[in-house]
Amino acid sequence: MDTKQNSANLVLRNGRVIDPAMGLDAVVDVLIENGIIAEMRAKIELGPEKLSQFEQIDASGKWIVPGLIDMHVHLREPGEEYKETICSGTQAAVAGGFTSVACMPNTQPVNDCAAVTQYILEKARDEGSCRVFPVGAISKGSEGKNLAEYGELRAAGAAAVSDDGRPVMNSMLMRRALEYAKTFDLLVISHCEDLDLSSTGLMNEGPVSTRLGMRGIPRVAEEIMVARDILLAELTGSRLHLAHISTAGSVALIREAKKRGVPVSAETAPHYFTLTEELISTFDPVYKVNPPLRRPEDIEAIKTGLRDGTIDAIASDHAPHSSVEKDLEFEYAANGVIGLESSLPLILRLIREGVLTPMEAVAKVSRNPARILSIPFGTLRKGITADLTLIDPEVKYAIDVSRFKSKSRNCPFAGIEVQGKAVMTLVGGRVVFSAA
Amino acid sequence: MGFNRKDLLGIRDLEVAEIEYLLNLSRSFKEINERSIKKVPTLRGKTIIHLFYEPSTRTRTSFDIAAKRLSADTYSVTASTSSIVKGETGLDTLKNLEAMRPDVFVIRHSASGAPQMLAGRTTASVINAGDGMHEHPSQALLDMLTILDNKRTLDGLNVVIVGDIYHSRVARSNIWGLTKMGARVMVCGPATLIPPNIDAMGVEVSNRLEECIPDADVIMVLRLQKERQQQMLLPSLREYATLYGINGERLKGAKKDVLIMHPGPMNRGVEISPEVADGPYSVILDQVTNGVAVRMALLYLLAQR
Repeated sequence: MDTKQNSANLVLRNGRVIDPAMGLDAVVDVLIENGIIAEMRAKIELGPEKLSQFEQIDASGKWIVPGLIDMHVHLREPGEEYKETICSGTQAAVAGGFTSVACMPNTQPVNDCAAVTQYILEKARDEGSCRVFPVGAISKGSEGKNLAEYGELRAAGAAAVSDDGRPVMNSMLMRRALEYAKTFDLLVISHCEDLDLSSTGLMNEGPVSTRLGMRGIPRVAEEIMVARDILLAELTGSRLHLAHISTAGSVALIREAKKRGVPVSAETAPHYFTLTEELISTFDPVYKVNPPLRRPEDIEAIKTGLRDGTIDAIASDHAPHSSVEKDLEFEYAANGVIGLESSLPLILRLIREGVLTPMEAVAKVSRNPARILSIPFGTLRKGITADLTLIDPEVKYAIDVSRFKSKSRNCPFAGIEVQGKAVMTLVGGRVVFSAA
Repeated sequence: MGFNRKDLLGIRDLEVAEIEYLLNLSRSFKEINERSIKKVPTLRGKTIIHLFYEPSTRTRTSFDIAAKRLSADTYSVTASTSSIVKGETGLDTLKNLEAMRPDVFVIRHSASGAPQMLAGRTTASVINAGDGMHEHPSQALLDMLTILDNKRTLDGLNVVIVGDIYHSRVARSNIWGLTKMGARVMVCGPATLIPPNIDAMGVEVSNRLEECIPDADVIMVLRLQKERQQQMLLPSLREYATLYGINGERLKGAKKDVLIMHPGPMNRGVEISPEVADGPYSVILDQVTNGVAVRMALLYLLAQR
């Protein structure tokens, strides 16, 4: 990322530090020296020589949390730079309070090799505003036929593998992928969708799809693959992570699998605990997403799953599309919603609704994704690099898509009233985003 | 109450009073179509564009005859022969045509909800001539009008809709209209062709045609697309015709004054036998005649906003 002129020496005063990894929730000062968390306690005093060198930031009334981690985004580079680039996508990330993102391989070309992984990492280093962890493909070209080269991908810096955008339909291939990935301690992230059942479906199958005359995607299309992947993870003993969980049935399957000790983790996206299929009666393609928006019962089950730990992480599945792909008849529009700049206020809403405590909510986007991806971030432990987010939990506003840093505008939350936002984001102790 | 909407996109959102108004207005146009000189100057100088993203001969001809009898100027744009083939988006096609200042677009589209989306992007009035599997409001209106030509009221009437309900916009629009007007609607077809949770639309469901026939006052027969067999929905047309085809034998158990209806075009020998199609219970051709009157009423209302 570009090295800003601002120093990596600062002290944040009187913020409420919430760090689930340390079990800390206290109002303390945070001292960052040379980009490292140096000290955290009440009323840190600086000697006269440091006072001039250290920037003092008043964090009273704000929360200080580990730099947030979004483990499922689409940065579209290489290949679809008109929708988003690593530059614009990471700018959107830090504006949303995220200091690390894991980007999916369905680029053009697909990230199934060292060359593309290295390209992404170099772009992120030169033009990005936050840390980027490329996810490599499960299969060559994500075609679902042959394994990609996990050894090479791991060596190049891939954090995990996924064919996201598509499922791995062939169960034998999925088994081999899980087995082979284990050698390299590579996490396998699965997009759970039985393509034969989802077929030409456009929205959740049920009374609403019937009323609207739209082909439906039954919830079992997701649940069948959730069940299959859980059983394969159990068979192989390999770590499995389930992407964008959207149904009550999936939550139940994951809960039961965890009880059995299967090495499975799961994420959901904010739209799956906020929006229902009823919105599609507007026929507005801004609501077209895969998996599709579901029922109120599914929202409740997702929230319960977040609360009881069945769902470990919240990830936006930030999927930028231009008006060329979205401003079309619903049937022809592309699937996907952006989310980096709307995630945090919706996560904060879960706290206000009593679904999660502040500590639990922060864990879903810091400690937990860090642990799942095995990356050394997501905490504010002393000695760790200072990736950190300041949150104003009180400010009320309407989501203004026109001010987004993302190149794309396909946001289903445009105009909604929310409370709370990131006001400052630090990567390695340097301020990469500051709200005006 | 009259009818004060900019567009006619579907039956679901209409009030009962609006439906009654439209049916009465349609009735008043029927007479024009029986004259020797089938022309009134009502819409002279108005421009009506038939924008058909999905091909249709019957509906388009019906709307076109309706428009011309009201003296409007009409033009047809069909997807297969237009710039849509060159990759122009549906919205661009609409906006370019809108720039020529039409008063009404009559839109047929294969994507559910498309006319609704397009109507929101133009100041011209939009009549939905059929969108995907969603709605076909003018068809439902002409169907209700045809029933009322033969029955005293829709209230309390038993209507059975037989066939591929899943893919049918005709079925959906009729379900909305008939249930709003107090009819009891039963849908009947193979389980694979009945959409999930359709009972939420206020209908009863049956997979056995023989159980539906005795009480039926009206049997609406839907066309079966031959492609459904390739889509794993049916084992064969033969089995469909055996179990769900409306033929003379089946109608032996029906009421003596049962009405047989079909939106057309018919697959003779599949969903309906020739003897029934041409028989004494059939009002299929009356539906077509009423269709012109209904469409005249709709154009009359929307072109003069």
